[in-house]
Amino acid sequence: MAKTLFDKLWDAHVVTDLGGNNALLYIDRVFIHERTGSVALKSLQESGRTVRFPANAFGTMDHIVDTVPNRSDKTMMPSGEDFITAMREGCHWAGIKLFDINDKDQGIVHVISPEQGIVLPGLSLVCPDSHTCSQGAFGALAWGIGSTEAEHALATSTLRVNKPKQMRIRIDGKLPEGLSAKDVILHIIGQIGAGGASGHAIEFCGPVVDQMDMEARMTLCNMGAELSAFTAVISPDAKAIEFLKGRPYAPKGREWDNALQKWQALHSDTAATFDKDISLDISDLRETVTWGTSPQHAIEITAKIPSPNMAGSSVDRESVTKALDYIGLKPGMPIAGIPVTGAFIGSCTNGRLSDLRRAAAVLKGKKVADSVKAICVPGSMLVKAAAEKEGLDRIFIEAGFEWRLPGCSMCFYAGGESFGHMERVISTTNRNFENRQGPKTRTHLASPATVAASAIAGKICSFKDIETTASSLEPEPVPMVN
Amino acid sequence: MEKFTKITAIAAPVMRTNIDTDIIIPSREMKRVSKKGLSNGLFAGWRYSDIDARTPNPEFVLNKPGYFGTQILIAGENFGCGSSREHAVWALAEYGIRAIIAPSFSAIFQSNCIQNGLLPITLSSDDVTGLADQASGGSAGVFSVDLLENTITDPASRIHPFKIGTNQRQTLLDGLDPIDRTLKMKSEIERFELAHFNENSWADLR
Ligand code: SF4
Repeated sequence: MAKTLFDKLWDAHVVTDLGGNNALLYIDRVFIHERTGSVALKSLQESGRTVRFPANAFGTMDHIVDTVPNRSDKTMMPSGEDFITAMREGCHWAGIKLFDINDKDQGIVHVISPEQGIVLPGLSLVCPDSHTCSQGAFGALAWGIGSTEAEHALATSTLRVNKPKQMRIRIDGKLPEGLSAKDVILHIIGQIGAGGASGHAIEFCGPVVDQMDMEARMTLCNMGAELSAFTAVISPDAKAIEFLKGRPYAPKGREWDNALQKWQALHSDTAATFDKDISLDISDLRETVTWGTSPQHAIEITAKIPSPNMAGSSVDRESVTKALDYIGLKPGMPIAGIPVTGAFIGSCTNGRLSDLRRAAAVLKGKKVADSVKAICVPGSMLVKAAAEKEGLDRIFIEAGFEWRLPGCSMCFYAGGESFGHMERVISTTNRNFENRQGPKTRTHLASPATVAASAIAGKICSFKDIETTASSLEPEPVPMVN
Repeated sequence: MEKFTKITAIAAPVMRTNIDTDIIIPSREMKRVSKKGLSNGLFAGWRYSDIDARTPNPEFVLNKPGYFGTQILIAGENFGCGSSREHAVWALAEYGIRAIIAPSFSAIFQSNCIQNGLLPITLSSDDVTGLADQASGGSAGVFSVDLLENTITDPASRIHPFKIGTNQRQTLLDGLDPIDRTLKMKSEIERFELAHFNENSWADLR
């Protein structure tokens, strides 16, 4: 019978069928971080259980670590130190490899997992973090779980999982010059809604996906979480293999050859069917930005803010009204030209080398507006080192950006640092929820190029408005960073 | 884990779409390396007009007279979307919420509920809106949720059947720890593992 890529990944991990669409799945890799991993390890220890295979588990410090220079365990978040020390002690107790605060390979979990070759095509990987789906870009079965499930996976190497339905999103046409995966995925979320893939695993495919580099594909899969998908996958091709080859935890020698053989089967069969099929042509797409408090509030940069009357149901109308109220904008206003006071470049969505290159291409030789506090946080130590090697840090700093140490930083507010009350931030992150970047902080999601351009102009605008040529935004293929 | 069989309790409507886990428990409320002490931060952004001083916002449904002791929430589509933080469920459970009725839930949130003895019930949008209407308007309604029968009884004594996965239902009815249940399947796991890593030795880092 014809199978989808997801079916193949699923079937290869079924330990036993539990009936009613439920299966006990084998988990090849568990990745944890200090924010929720610390709780999971502590609870595991208290219940007298152990980690079954510590060598197949990894930990990182990313969520609440400070990103300012000379950071230590003491964080701006009042109780942050407790999470950091509990994580370190927990990983030590369990024998789990930890990418600790100032480790040369430290970084955001979904950035460092591929960098280290920890995620591989065909593997199952879980992490108590909703953006674990980013790693599906390599053709792995990777999804986000809760802390209790993380304990379950660590203690048993398995999880009980309900098989989701399947959805194929085919992206046709040609990505307009200067646009990026972020514009595409924001557009898709705007079209099908924040619950648009609820209960489904997504497979992204089509010519636009084929042309994307691995970093762009990760951005695409990353925001599968913003469609409420179970996960997202992309069939691994030569680019995926090239990216992983030689990475520290990737197989070597004959093992690598064996793996390559296995990976050849990792694509959906031609006759395979999906529960939902969506295709869209993005040849005429413009830069996309959010206006409200859900990623589905995404519009093209030339558009105006919608009116609640355009929403379908009374619940939807109420939600739009509340969003406008929080964000402090009125229906009918053009999104372009709205003044911003903060700009953030980073996160597991857009904190990789190609993202920093795109932003730097816009920033080169220009200055951030006086009214804007601008921050760049590379996704990992390796990204940071590679960026510095090619002088991107100078471009950011000379433009007026802070150049920081890797971590989640202001992708979410943990109780420490924030942009401030009522500040309006244009951000390459993935969530514009109420209070996500700080109490009453207002977030507009956009691509690295749009954030860089808006930081310079002091208002939401296109890179075209500040005399950047689209062709300068096309980064070179990304070389090995380690 | 507390068993779920049947509850009769007040239900409160929170009828917005995409209520995310940042709203249910803001990150700044997750102060300790613990699953406990979170109920105070539940819906903090909505519940308090001054978060630091913990001044109750009289407009928020759970603060209104008549909704004290709420055990059921009725919510809009895609409830629990966003961050995977299980703290959202721990906070709800500690506050006393036992069941949530919505047109849809995020997958991670739904499994987090099951792990902690909370019942997520999916009904059609129209049904949910109908129930929310009965739960609003000043006097809170008393609803019964029966997992043995898979039914909700509304304040007007109308019965609404619901569906739930067999495994999820059993987990809630038994109240057994899922890890203990899985550890009993050790031999099956070992058998699978042997074949899996034999076939894919490149995948094993041990
Ligand atoms: S960067 Fe943001 S979305 Fe990504 S893992 Fe960190 S907190 Fe989560």
